[in-house]
Amino acid sequence: MCATCGCSGGTILEHHEHGHEHGHEHGHGHPETRTVTLEQAVLARNDALAELNRTWLADHGILAVNLMSSPGAGKTTLLERTIRELGARLRVSVVEGDQETVLDADRIRATGAPAVQINTGAGCHLDAQMLADGLRTLDPPERSVVLIENVGNLVCPALFDLGEQARVVITSVTEGAEKPRKYPQMFRAADLVLLNKTDLLPYVDFDVAAFLDGARRANPGVEVLQLSATTGDGVAGWYDWLRARLP
Amino acid sequence: MSTQGGSFLHEMAITQSVVQAVCERMGDAPVRRVCLEIGTLSGVVADSVRFCFDLVTEGTTLEGASLEIVQPTGKARCRDCGAEFALTDLLALCTCGSANRELLAGEELKIREVEVLA
Repeated sequence: MCATCGCSGGTILEHHEHGHEHGHEHGHGHPETRTVTLEQAVLARNDALAELNRTWLADHGILAVNLMSSPGAGKTTLLERTIRELGARLRVSVVEGDQETVLDADRIRATGAPAVQINTGAGCHLDAQMLADGLRTLDPPERSVVLIENVGNLVCPALFDLGEQARVVITSVTEGAEKPRKYPQMFRAADLVLLNKTDLLPYVDFDVAAFLDGARRANPGVEVLQLSATTGDGVAGWYDWLRARLP
Repeated sequence: MSTQGGSFLHEMAITQSVVQAVCERMGDAPVRRVCLEIGTLSGVVADSVRFCFDLVTEGTTLEGASLEIVQPTGKARCRDCGAEFALTDLLALCTCGSANRELLAGEELKIREVEVLA
């Protein structure tokens, strides 16, 4: 390897042993390069597509909410109840993101709401292009609500803007109160935090105060609602939050 | 691969975004070096990006390019007392006890520069 620049060209090992003046005309030669300053966001393309989605949604008076959680936190159950109890008045449709299967979209369709399933395959999150494709398929009516169930994962979805108007993070009491401390990026990105499965609080060791403290350290002032999507306890607050954001 | 809950796939998507953006900007020019800025609070693990880079660049104009990653550390300004302080994680409080802070640095995720064959 060239001892001066680290390049692997040729067999010259000691760059400075040449006993002659030279203008870099020797054997291994350095191809001319130029440095180009880009100063570009890595996710610029996704962010631009997200802005297109945001504009399209606003133009059509559609509220899009991105729901994110670990697998099993109760996103689909919450959506089922929300559609059953609000669907007649709010016209809800759903974009379902999962790595595989159409099981969740089937559960949503069983409630009567239109749903489109996006399988991300190896991908661990939805991105703005996937939402654009989903909206094209779903073709939601003007002045309606699109609930986006992101892939169950508390890391990756936080990084990808979809063009949604609001982000909701759902944690269940069976997961442990330390979730905001472990995944601060996700909680920092949230407009609303839902603590689900509160009907199970008597049976699990979950410190609600520690959870609230963690959530507010990651995201001071974030609204946190406690509810049970199974029993319906506390869901009225979630419905009020949704209604308040309707265009 | 990652320190964040075994999730490694978003670094793959991030690295693919880097390659796509560089190819769009630089056309057919063979790329010899890529310099990224990945803040320590960005949620992206630099080592995982390094791991993905060789895989993702294979067969592209970036194949064989070296990868430099600059990692700006976290900095915040307290909205309550106005102090500026180093932020080692997103849960750290200001010395005044406030969690109400504005992030000034640490969340960078950008392509700083590339070196291409002239």
